[in-house]
Amino acid sequence: MKPAIFDYFRATSLEHACELLSTHGDDAKILAGGQSLIAAMNYRLARPQVLIDISNIDNPNQITDETTGVRVKATTTQAFAEHDPVLRRRLPVLADAIRHIAHFQIRNKGTVGGSIVNADPASELPAMSLLLDAEYEIQSASNKQIMPAEDFFITYMTTALQSDEVLVSILFQEPPKNSGWGLHEVARRAGDFALVGSAAVIALDVDDKCSYARVVLFGVASTPVRAKEVEDAIVGQVCSNKFFEQAARKVSEVVDAESDVHVTDEYRGNVAEVLTIRALADALGRAKAAS
Amino acid sequence: MVDKKKISLNVNGVTYDKEIEPRTLLSDFLRHHLDLTGTHVGCEHGICGSCTILMEGLPVRSCLTFALQAEGKAIETIESLDTDGELSSLQNAFWENQGLQCGFCTPGILMSMKAFLKDNPKPSRDEIREALSGNLCRCTGYHDIVDSVVAAAEAALSSGSAEQA
Repeated sequence: MKPAIFDYFRATSLEHACELLSTHGDDAKILAGGQSLIAAMNYRLARPQVLIDISNIDNPNQITDETTGVRVKATTTQAFAEHDPVLRRRLPVLADAIRHIAHFQIRNKGTVGGSIVNADPASELPAMSLLLDAEYEIQSASNKQIMPAEDFFITYMTTALQSDEVLVSILFQEPPKNSGWGLHEVARRAGDFALVGSAAVIALDVDDKCSYARVVLFGVASTPVRAKEVEDAIVGQVCSNKFFEQAARKVSEVVDAESDVHVTDEYRGNVAEVLTIRALADALGRAKAAS
Repeated sequence: MVDKKKISLNVNGVTYDKEIEPRTLLSDFLRHHLDLTGTHVGCEHGICGSCTILMEGLPVRSCLTFALQAEGKAIETIESLDTDGELSSLQNAFWENQGLQCGFCTPGILMSMKAFLKDNPKPSRDEIREALSGNLCRCTGYHDIVDSVVAAAEAALSSGSAEQA
């Protein structure tokens, strides 16, 4: 199918985009890479009357090395981020996660900010935002604010972003020194949306006890979710793969999966637990290698 | 009713000036407005890869791109590969190895592989399979397509120019 009729504006600056948004309000949608939006428009699942194209605002691909982490301009393509040397060095889990997004042809156009704002609960970048304590820089014609990622995702494809606001940049925080990471997902075919995914970061103190843990699941609820129950069970404990099998049982407390055309809710819950054990095991291995 | 917009687009080194509805997809612009029908339209939601073209040298889905978004960017389509009817080494490798059956998916595969081989001139068969995963072929089972890409890589390396694809 083809998109319904709309009017198109090419924003020349962020301020211009905000001004257009405040004029057109609920009728307008921001267009960046369009890899989810245009597909939805081709199906006429989305019928915005106005598109405001921000993909050509000066130097759309920008990644900045900051003290606490790496800042990514929202319009940066996923492919650019995936291959950025600073991002790969400081946030290897993020680079690995991006590799799982669709196919390279999609990543050449799809943006980091677009995937976050689209808020598909099975997608990687919202989950990485929770894993890496991301902060979102948000702007409207009248206001600027910083919002933590944990306040951003409301439910399926729905975020706290207001209709006059635009996501400007994302600060992904670097995990503690001497930490390791793990990321596993299951999809029907390479490049498909994950049926279930799990990501973990672990840091060890001098006694090999866990001093820091982050566990995030995606594809198992209406938003990506932090498995705080699993984290709490791990922090302060001496880690081993055997111990993770026990700790990951708490995954069932955060999984709120529904059955769909692909798999049952029971399958999602079981796989979430197994993938969490694997993600934690990889994180432990890398944390030991780093310390 | 929305007014038509003027568009100036550089495709295969030629600049075209047209007036289009903003909702015109790049795939439809190429096919219906420029008569460049080598770019095929399959699923229209980014899955099948038939409509893959190069934008600024990078393969993208022309069905998930509005023509207006391509303004100011160099577009290359399947029609740019041959030289006055003489096949490029990439096309020739597909010809020699029967890397197609019905041929519907072939333009998208060739554009994807042109960019892939430029980035990775000596790929393994596994890397080729992964790179092909964004282009669906419903006839061949991919074996001969992988053979074709291997042959294209070898031909480019032996001629000393991976750019020649």
